[in-house]
Amino acid sequence: MSDLPPYPPLDPCNYDLIVVGTGVSESVLAAAASSSGSSVLHLDPNPFYGSHFASLSLPDLTSFLHSNSVSPPPPLPPPPSPPGHDLLSVDLVSRSLYSSVEISSFESEILEEHSRRFNVDLCGPRVVFCADESINLMLKSGSNNYVEFKSIDASFVGDSSGELRSVPDSRAAIFKDKSLTLLEKNQLMKFFKLVQQHLAESDDTTLKISEEDMETPFVDFLAKMRLPPKIKSIILYAIAMLDYDQDNIETYRGLLKTKEGLDQLALYIKSMGRFSNALGALIYPIYGQGELPQAFCRRAAVKGSIYVLRMPITAVLLDKASELTLDCCRLETGGYKGVRLASGQEIFSQKLILDPCITVGLESMSSLTDQQKETLQVFVPKAMSSKDKVARAICIIKGSVKTDVSNALIIYPPKSLFPEQLTAIRVLQLGSGLAVCPADMHVLYLSTLCDNDDQGKEALLSAMSTLIGLPVPENLQSDSVVENDTAEAKPTVLWRALYVQELVKGEFGGTISSAPSPDGNLNYNEIVESAVKLHEQLMGSEELFKEETSPEHTTEEETDGGAEIED
Amino acid sequence: MHGRPRKASKPEEEAASDAKATKLRSLQSQFMANHHDKIYTNEAIELSTKLLEINPEAYTAWNYRKLAVEDRLSRIESDQNLVKSILDEELNVVESALRQNFKSYGAWHHRKWVLSKGHSSIGNELRLLDKFQRLDSRNFHAWNYRRFVVELTNRSEQDELQYTDDMISNNFSNYSAWHNRSVLLSSLLARNADGFIPNKKIPEEYDLIHNAIFTDPDDQSGWFYHLWLLDQTVNVETPLLTSSWPSHGSSIILSGPGYLNGSSSNFTTFCSESDSFPLILYFDQAVGGVSSSTVTIDAELKGNEDLVWEPVSNKNSQISCVWVARLKYFSSKPCEYKVKVRLGNSPGIVSSRGCTFSAPYEFVFTAHVHEIVKDSQEGTVSWTDGFDIWDAQSKDLNPLVILDQLNAEMDVKWREAAILEEVKCFRLLSDSKIGKLSLARLLMAYEAMISDAAVKGIHYEEILQLYNDLMALDSSHYQYYKDAHSLVFLHKVTSSTESLSRHLFRYRDVNNLVCLRLNNLSLSRIASVEKLLFIQMLDLSHNELHSTEGLEAMQLLSCLNLSHNRIRSFSALDSLRHLKQLRVLDVSHNHIGKHSVDTTRYLCASPLSNSEWIQDDVGRQKPGMGTKYWDAYFVLRDLNLKQFNIAGNIIAGDDEFNSFVLQVVPTLVWLDGQKLGS
Repeated sequence: MSDLPPYPPLDPCNYDLIVVGTGVSESVLAAAASSSGSSVLHLDPNPFYGSHFASLSLPDLTSFLHSNSVSPPPPLPPPPSPPGHDLLSVDLVSRSLYSSVEISSFESEILEEHSRRFNVDLCGPRVVFCADESINLMLKSGSNNYVEFKSIDASFVGDSSGELRSVPDSRAAIFKDKSLTLLEKNQLMKFFKLVQQHLAESDDTTLKISEEDMETPFVDFLAKMRLPPKIKSIILYAIAMLDYDQDNIETYRGLLKTKEGLDQLALYIKSMGRFSNALGALIYPIYGQGELPQAFCRRAAVKGSIYVLRMPITAVLLDKASELTLDCCRLETGGYKGVRLASGQEIFSQKLILDPCITVGLESMSSLTDQQKETLQVFVPKAMSSKDKVARAICIIKGSVKTDVSNALIIYPPKSLFPEQLTAIRVLQLGSGLAVCPADMHVLYLSTLCDNDDQGKEALLSAMSTLIGLPVPENLQSDSVVENDTAEAKPTVLWRALYVQELVKGEFGGTISSAPSPDGNLNYNEIVESAVKLHEQLMGSEELFKEETSPEHTTEEETDGGAEIED
Repeated sequence: MHGRPRKASKPEEEAASDAKATKLRSLQSQFMANHHDKIYTNEAIELSTKLLEINPEAYTAWNYRKLAVEDRLSRIESDQNLVKSILDEELNVVESALRQNFKSYGAWHHRKWVLSKGHSSIGNELRLLDKFQRLDSRNFHAWNYRRFVVELTNRSEQDELQYTDDMISNNFSNYSAWHNRSVLLSSLLARNADGFIPNKKIPEEYDLIHNAIFTDPDDQSGWFYHLWLLDQTVNVETPLLTSSWPSHGSSIILSGPGYLNGSSSNFTTFCSESDSFPLILYFDQAVGGVSSSTVTIDAELKGNEDLVWEPVSNKNSQISCVWVARLKYFSSKPCEYKVKVRLGNSPGIVSSRGCTFSAPYEFVFTAHVHEIVKDSQEGTVSWTDGFDIWDAQSKDLNPLVILDQLNAEMDVKWREAAILEEVKCFRLLSDSKIGKLSLARLLMAYEAMISDAAVKGIHYEEILQLYNDLMALDSSHYQYYKDAHSLVFLHKVTSSTESLSRHLFRYRDVNNLVCLRLNNLSLSRIASVEKLLFIQMLDLSHNELHSTEGLEAMQLLSCLNLSHNRIRSFSALDSLRHLKQLRVLDVSHNHIGKHSVDTTRYLCASPLSNSEWIQDDVGRQKPGMGTKYWDAYFVLRDLNLKQFNIAGNIIAGDDEFNSFVLQVVPTLVWLDGQKLGS
């Protein structure tokens, strides 16, 4: 990085909005702001788009995880402020989002040979539902022109036996299913029909689920519908994609109401038929999830947003003496003036949106006035409050976890692998058809929510061991031979990364707001939802992406394109 | 393609469609001129192409193209390449027409016509079909054409079966796919293709259809396949003789018209005015070819070498379940004949599906000729008294036994197992309508199949209850369930000697007629007639009958009480025309005349042709009656009734109708309880 020549100074140096970090939420906001006519400067300290949502080669991924998990390097000595400066500069530090990073390579030679042919997601396992809000947003903004999706071929439910049973999620799937009894098929389809009737736009209240039922826990409603445990588990974890054990009376953590459960089912059902060329409910972007934020960035660039990668910011600039002046401009900005780039240049804007990793050192906060603290409020609460974590794992494997299936989602519901398993574990296998890895290999993503690193990693390792042949230290190999005899030939692991990511929520803070980290969900709905909310707060009630008048109009604009995109 | 609502058209769309219509009209008239003048130039053909591209429904244009192709082919004969290019062009026109309208009969037919010329690549056709069927997997035109192409290509039926597998697993709600599957399986099973043995394959198919029916019990496409499977399980293709009258081993008494001494009441007494008695054969399915050469009679009765067999059927066809012949005898002096009837020894009796009656069968009965003691009485038949209790020793119930013997000849074991498995399966689904209905049908099929006397008949109560439930549950199909209920009830009544004899009586006043009383049972249809051929007097009063269909087989019937039913017109009594012995008919208190047939939409005021009507005596005397009472005329003119009750019907309100009846039925002695001429 340091070999690259320094950037020339940026011109202009005044913007409506500065966005730091190119995660999904930041990119959506940049695109939305630029499409409604605001001037936007979009920065990213990394040499790639996507921040924590990026898709990277194995070496890049390794170095990103490592550099974001250790304590941040001592901040660069701040370039001396120009003399006569009337702004207060508050130095920024970056916090680590990842912990317990553990990366092991078992077949380095093979991997090195192909090292650049991997596009591995940082925020996996992640897919998009066809009816997701993120898809609507892409269509609305026109960023769909830059991404292509492919179907996830199948989804399965697994347990400790290693057997994978297809998720009967449609009429045809229920019909074909081999593991359900005839009566179970009948009950499941009946339930789907009930949900469909409920969702249908009709005034006939007899077809609707009662208000009373809507407020009860979803799991109780399923029991009321006399659905057997096997089907309940499929609906809760493999279709509604819930995380926490809904039957655990002690914790009642993440207990879902019927209303919310039905919303989840509605998303799945609407996804099934949305695009005629998609096989099921789920799709995945070719070249990895990193394409999604990138598409929004391209859209923003077309609309005039300026992009600078490899450009960290080192400080926020605040008004030194805001109490003393009556300048209306200063009153509006409430203290925030701009940022200082790593290059030393100072850039000014009305508003600032920051990557969740960027924060202010506690020691620098202490010396600030109350109003300055107010301006920097987004840095204060989230520093220590959030304890929710998601454990993630990435495995590069040779072979597939299920013959004849390349792209598949696998769900291990709570307690399916071991009795203490509190949360569902989701596994996503992707193949070379999605241009994420070389042929005959697959990338396997795993994730589960957890309270602490060990608990999360333990759960992921348990799922891994049922799916793939884990490499064993040589002195133990003789034992494992016996085990392997009975099991089918499992795929072997070539490379593996395990890490735990902190879950940070986005926050509106007046002039300075922060974007959320990747969440523990399978799709982007909550992230997009928070971006929409943030947009509302930043811009007033203005609608996110006004509908483009016609497709012809869009293509025209593309060729006229404002700024070039750096790839 | 399915389930998409139509949208109302916008003004600009309407304008566009007007413009299109104008263009179409001008094309059409140019084209018709070409067609008329037999112009087959390139320009003229091009014009028809344009027309068909806009309107693939233009039949005449397709026919014109056929003529044009023939014309061009006749001029180039030998050049194979040219022939092919002409035909390929036709295929292209069809393809673009189909793109316009996928369901154009004319286009599909034209394609068949071109293909059958035999110069075109057939491999292409399957590829094209795959494309079309992916777009709309339920399009029956495509499926139809597929069968045609498959026949041409000699593609194996197994491959096609696999294709239906694929289509069904994509979306099992596909009538065409299930239908094609049944067609293919029928053929594969019939020719005993490798691995296609009914006792293996049929249970496998049951498993498949269960998945569809259980997944979505409301989807009807699966129901039909299940019905087809049930049919394959229960029925054998070859026709069987179900029953006869006289039955095997029975004795009958023959006499002239009049009154006998009631001495031998154990036998059915048949009084004949024409020195002949009917011989009735009842088959399990409609057959043709019953004649003196296929049915042989060994009897001491002379003069029956060239028996005339007649089908007894309302439809004017030469196939029927019931066949009757009249055997002549000499009534001059009391004597006894043994009669042996043999059928199936020579081929010729063939079912409508083309299967030959092949199991040789013979039966023997004895006929006693008695003398008349008294003259026939002219008193009325009363339906209230004069009945004696039935003597259970009678041999007349033999038909019940014959049926079981025939069944025993079937390969019953796997069929019974399959049905039992189905019963078990559908008991799980008995909370849905189709579950109940299927269960009722299955139990019925099982009843017909089992021969073990210990368990026979035990399911009837359950079946009747299922239909009762269905009537309450699904009122829009009430009548269907009601009819099925009646059918089951009659099966139950006729299932054993014991249960039937509870309804049997002897009518003391007229030669100890065998009387069956099924009054006041809320029956809505007639069934199980094959077991009731010996009945001479039938009381069906106080039921809910709409029609007399089925009674035509009861050739011995001389007294029939249909009072207090729901018969709405004389047409509903049509089957009675076949009952040559019928003398007493009571149709009082029905709805005849309540729903008059609207004849204004007919070209003629009545279906009676003028000539037929005018040649008739009644027609000559009362020409207006032909319009008013034509349906009554059709039925009554064939009956030789002595006693007729029609009071309590709308039609019977006036003297005009009464005098019409007297004209048409000159034999009548009693009308509505009044002795005529007194």
